[in-house]
Amino acid sequence: MTTETLIWLIPLPPALAFFLIVLFTNKNKALSHSVGVGAAVLSWLASMVVFFRALGVEHLGEHPFVSSVNWLPTGDTWFKIGVAIDPLGAAVLFFVSITIFMIFLYSVGYHNFGQPKGDHDRAGLPPHGATVTDEQGHKHTVPSVEPMYSRFFAFLGLFAFGMYTLVVSDNLLTMFVGWEIMGLCSYLLIGFWYGKPSARAAAIKAFMTTRIGDVFMLLGIAFLYSATGTLTFREIFTEEMLQHLVSIDPHFLGLTGAGLIGLLLFIGTVGKSAQWPLHVWLPDAMEGPTPVSAMIHAATMVSAGVYAVIRMFPLLSLDHNTMTVVAFIGTFTAIFAATIAVAQNDIKRVLAYSTISQLGFMIAALGIGAYVAAAFHLITHAFFKALLFLGSGSVIHGMEHGVLHTGNHSVDPQDMFNMGGLRKKMPITFWTFLIGGFALSGFPLLTAGFWSKDEILADAWANGHLVVFVTLALAAFMTAFYTMRQITLTFLGEPRTKEAEHAQETPWTMTVPLMVLSVFAIGYGWVGIPENFLNLQLAPSWFHEFVGGTLAEHPEVIPFNPIPLIVSLVVALGGLLLGWLYYRNVNSAKEDFFQIPLLKNKYYFDEAYQVVFIKPVIWLSEVFTYKWLDQGLIDGILHFFGPATGGIGGFIRQYIDLKVINEFIGDGLAAVTQETGRTLRPIQTGRIQQYMMLSLVILAVVGALLYFMLGAGL
Amino acid sequence: MIPLSWYLIFAAGLFSLGLFGVLARRNAVAILLGVELMLNAVNINLAAFWRYGNVTDMTGQVFAIIVFAVAAAEVAVGLALVISVYRSRNTVVADEIDMLKW
Repeated sequence: MTTETLIWLIPLPPALAFFLIVLFTNKNKALSHSVGVGAAVLSWLASMVVFFRALGVEHLGEHPFVSSVNWLPTGDTWFKIGVAIDPLGAAVLFFVSITIFMIFLYSVGYHNFGQPKGDHDRAGLPPHGATVTDEQGHKHTVPSVEPMYSRFFAFLGLFAFGMYTLVVSDNLLTMFVGWEIMGLCSYLLIGFWYGKPSARAAAIKAFMTTRIGDVFMLLGIAFLYSATGTLTFREIFTEEMLQHLVSIDPHFLGLTGAGLIGLLLFIGTVGKSAQWPLHVWLPDAMEGPTPVSAMIHAATMVSAGVYAVIRMFPLLSLDHNTMTVVAFIGTFTAIFAATIAVAQNDIKRVLAYSTISQLGFMIAALGIGAYVAAAFHLITHAFFKALLFLGSGSVIHGMEHGVLHTGNHSVDPQDMFNMGGLRKKMPITFWTFLIGGFALSGFPLLTAGFWSKDEILADAWANGHLVVFVTLALAAFMTAFYTMRQITLTFLGEPRTKEAEHAQETPWTMTVPLMVLSVFAIGYGWVGIPENFLNLQLAPSWFHEFVGGTLAEHPEVIPFNPIPLIVSLVVALGGLLLGWLYYRNVNSAKEDFFQIPLLKNKYYFDEAYQVVFIKPVIWLSEVFTYKWLDQGLIDGILHFFGPATGGIGGFIRQYIDLKVINEFIGDGLAAVTQETGRTLRPIQTGRIQQYMMLSLVILAVVGALLYFMLGAGL
Repeated sequence: MIPLSWYLIFAAGLFSLGLFGVLARRNAVAILLGVELMLNAVNINLAAFWRYGNVTDMTGQVFAIIVFAVAAAEVAVGLALVISVYRSRNTVVADEIDMLKW
């Protein structure tokens, strides 16, 4: 099979799995997850084949795998859609397919496959556990299987389809289609336990917030299409097309056409990748099951946002103002989310804010022109953040086991202050989580996070963006700090609750993905070691060479400078050390110095949006539109017309209907008919022979008449 | 050969006989008999006209056979009706079966 055909086929298995599960296999849990995981394996295999074939092509950036078909006739040309894999696409495909596969596998364990049905589980609520009786007659409460197990795999399949479509697309339109499919799926998956009001609210919030970005993105796409007549990346990123875009003046804030399009597309990313000020949906998205969090936060949706801006980098980099906005938003988000993460107690929420912060790093890197660094951090982050999320899911799962054991449901299995000492109970989860956490903190030399974050800092330093450099370094310090806080509170020390004492390691379907991902969380960094690291004259960084080839001009390798390296070492190690030193002595939320209300309440952004946007909109719809316009104005007019037409109708009825139609025509005709009938009644004797006699007489008379009248003429 | 008019006169006689029966008899079965006579009178006419007309085609005879068939069906239905009426009204006198009146 040619590589191009294979690329077309990559998104197909998950989509087929979605329809198969929805239409046929949803009654059978084992069959459904087999279909789902099978599809993930197929797509993964195809992606690997494509990736390794892409590795074998020299100058893939100039000669990417492309294939397109005519789709819509537009005047005398065709709108084309197609697939393309260039170095960036191949690198993204690599991590996407692995993380998606791992998440599918993990979901089997997370949703308690093989466990008994719950005693009173209901669709739309998380499973509550089942009571089983062992041989000795003791009753145990054990985790119960998710009631909507098949449905989860169906949604996951559709989600994977959206992501693969987005990655392999060669044009903005199909990319946007994949983007929106993911938006829908994230809504469905966050609201998976729709019986919980908080999950419903979070689903709607996520959908609405990302929608704001998507509308702007669609505007950008429309502008781009009207300006160039094409949405295919290869055709847009040509020298003359880009020059043409720069030369357009949209008369908007002094931006060039390219700048405005770039800005609009970037707003889409702000929504999708949860950048400030549209970051509010992502922490709430933690209401969904944990594989969803990993799916949304690591493998797909948020990465898709960053992937989109990296994709559009040639366009974005044309306008200085747009790049400044991008850099500002990224940098600000990085530090802003990191400070919030320090004060969160929910194990998944810490990771959610950490994700926002790390995405800020990537956006900031892109804003200062560090294309390769952004792509590199995107991929390493995807691996270690998926690992962390799946690890936190494993922790929660273990804690839920403890909760079921003690039967004390008031203990929140996600609150880190209820944990402690889990390293002994869940060794695999601990070690993998440690690897993920160290990678996130940028633990020197060993972990992937170090190499990618270091590259961003080095780029910021080398290009003279001092503000960005300092802010990101500070954010990196905080990252290390809150990561160590999380690890210390969760795994180290002694168990703080009975539930933590009875936590249990999770099944192999959950731990295997953790182990696989931790391999990448360490190893993937090594492909991007800069060639002049410590002035050692190493082999050229594979990642830099490969992904850098996507751009028309190969980005230059920045010279080595010890300052960013030292800063990077200090913030990572310092943050980790401080986090450990401080939190090993903290045993409850009250003792924690960083439980500052401002941070704990996320700078009151939700409340502010509530007051500034949501309240006015509700006022507009309920009071202004409904009460004043609908009930007052429109109903008022109607209430005037109602009686008026009623009066006219009454008049017509009184004098025309009743008098003329009813009495004269209606009743008159009826009376005449009735009278005639009464008069003619006696004719009907009912005696058949009289009738026959009568007809004979008439026949005779008519016959005679005819005979004489016609006969006279014969 | 016997002239055609003889057949026609005979048939007309038979028809009148049947008609009289239909009009004058009180018994519903007898009325049905009258109807049969009238139908057979028509059959004689058909056969006669055929014989004196174009002998090669079989129209007259076929018509007659159709009339037989219809007559047989009619008698079957008619007698069934008479029996049914007798069961519910306990009479077969036509004058007494006069529910179809004002």
